[in-house]
Amino acid sequence: MADASADVTLRISGLKVSVGSSRVVDGVNIDIGKGEIVALVGESGSGKSLTALSAMGLLSGRVVQSGGDILLNGERIDPLDEQEMSRLRGTRISMIFQEPIASLNPLLSVGEQVAESLFVHGRAGRREAWSQAVQMLADVGIPEPEKRARQFAWELSGGMCQRVMIASALIAEPDLLIADEPTTALDVTVQAQILDLMRRLRDKTGTSILFITHDMGVVASIADRVCVMYGGRVVEQAEVHQLFQAPKHPYTKLLLTTIPKISDTPKAELYSIKGTVPDINAFPKGCRFRTRCPLADDVCLLPPELEAATGAQGGLVACWHSDMTETLQ
Amino acid sequence: MTRALQSLRMVFFPADGKGIPVGVFVIIVAFMVLVAGLAPLLAPVDPNTQNLMGRLKPPGTVARGTLFVLGSDELGRDLLSRLMYGARVSLSVAFLSVLLSGLVGTVLGMVAGYKRGWVETVIMRVVDIFLSIPAILLAIITVAVLGPGFVNVILVLALTRWPRYARVAYGQTLSVANMPYVRLSTAMGASWVRILALHIFPNIIAALSVVATLEFGLMVLFEAGLSFLGLGVQPPTASWGAMLSVGRNYVSNAWWIATFPGICLFLLVLSVNLIGDRLSDYLNPKSR
Repeated sequence: MADASADVTLRISGLKVSVGSSRVVDGVNIDIGKGEIVALVGESGSGKSLTALSAMGLLSGRVVQSGGDILLNGERIDPLDEQEMSRLRGTRISMIFQEPIASLNPLLSVGEQVAESLFVHGRAGRREAWSQAVQMLADVGIPEPEKRARQFAWELSGGMCQRVMIASALIAEPDLLIADEPTTALDVTVQAQILDLMRRLRDKTGTSILFITHDMGVVASIADRVCVMYGGRVVEQAEVHQLFQAPKHPYTKLLLTTIPKISDTPKAELYSIKGTVPDINAFPKGCRFRTRCPLADDVCLLPPELEAATGAQGGLVACWHSDMTETLQ
Repeated sequence: MTRALQSLRMVFFPADGKGIPVGVFVIIVAFMVLVAGLAPLLAPVDPNTQNLMGRLKPPGTVARGTLFVLGSDELGRDLLSRLMYGARVSLSVAFLSVLLSGLVGTVLGMVAGYKRGWVETVIMRVVDIFLSIPAILLAIITVAVLGPGFVNVILVLALTRWPRYARVAYGQTLSVANMPYVRLSTAMGASWVRILALHIFPNIIAALSVVATLEFGLMVLFEAGLSFLGLGVQPPTASWGAMLSVGRNYVSNAWWIATFPGICLFLLVLSVNLIGDRLSDYLNPKSR
């Protein structure tokens, strides 16, 4: 599989993740190009976080990867053992999480934690790692980095802590950064600053970013390309403008409809998609969105493939009725 | 034993936190440590010099030019000097056995809590087995096999008491291991040894230090118990437990031989336990 696609930083192909006998991620394909920001969107339980954790090799307990390949710069990384994998983590793939304050050890100064991945992987001595950490803190826009580096997580605000996390994830200049809802716990203005920072760092370092979120507003402001997941499958993949202008999958369309518009009648009831996310032990046969989809009919009992959408440049969609999506209100 | 002390505490200081300030107990323990450390300088006479003409003298007696401040024992040895030297044995056995069992228990407990799987099963079942055997009984049997002596007593106490620390370290590790900063560190590629040492250990040390203080009091009693049974430090080396054991035979005509080591033991164990109690109150934000 190590083909010539050198511009693809991360290729997830046919990924399957199982919990016991139920397949919570079922045949996901995602390519992330060099320096590209791909947003992975979906409701809770759609398998987006598990997809990301598989790429890190951090699945644990009863959750196991049961199929598919994960390639980093053309090399398979999913068969690597724990020790080889931890050599990649922090240096070639990094990850940041939500809850920025809780993600920092309360008993270590933030500088030490930013320096951690350099130090762990023997990239620099203690002193050298420290000065690089201070420089990195300055790069992520923290004022007085020398002073801040000596402070602790509980002395900093949430937005500050998220900057620190980004600094610690990027200090070893990884090829890929996986960001699992990094702005969910932050208020809107801070969120905008963090998103802006991530874009600027991407432009500077060329790091690819897999950005996991359920917030369409965040998607619009950061992503180059979007993958929409539902019930463990990718249902639509498209350039960000295309996805917002002309969604091809009914689920994407309805998801966009749920966003309140400033032109809506005040105090009118907000739109929500009927029904709930299917239980992982009882996915419907065929198209998994079938039970909640207004366009569903008997054809949908057969699982649709992810194919090029009609009338869309490069977009992919997994729906039998994608040509009718436009008609949905 | 600890429970008896707790009820005693309720009798003396019914209103919680309004009794004697904890500083008093810290001073008592510090004083004992100081005296034990400086015993060779402070002791009026050699603790093992016998004076058979001055046997069983009551406190304050002068016999053959020696003042027996706290009286003399059945071989005419100065009780005050023996108490001072006995403190060295009691305190060092307790301290070293707490250190050793704490080290072993903490490491095993943390590994079990972090690694999970079969490692967890093996370690924690062994812990359960150890906890199901009465500790003092286990200690007596092992000393009987290994033979008595200073080093053996420490080893035996460590062997019987490490499961306490393992339990606490295990539980604490389980909760800390799920903290996002541990996940983040894993995502940075830190090894599990580094995570345990740098991220988990510093965050569970508070709970472990409370266990260690409470255990310290218990270790003093265990050492005394083993010495009382003749399985501890061997004569003529002075130890509070051994002095208590011998004094028991003379309690009707020489009350001081058993009484003074008893008071010392009582004060030490009470103080250490109360310090541990206060420490756990202090470290528990709900009761602060």
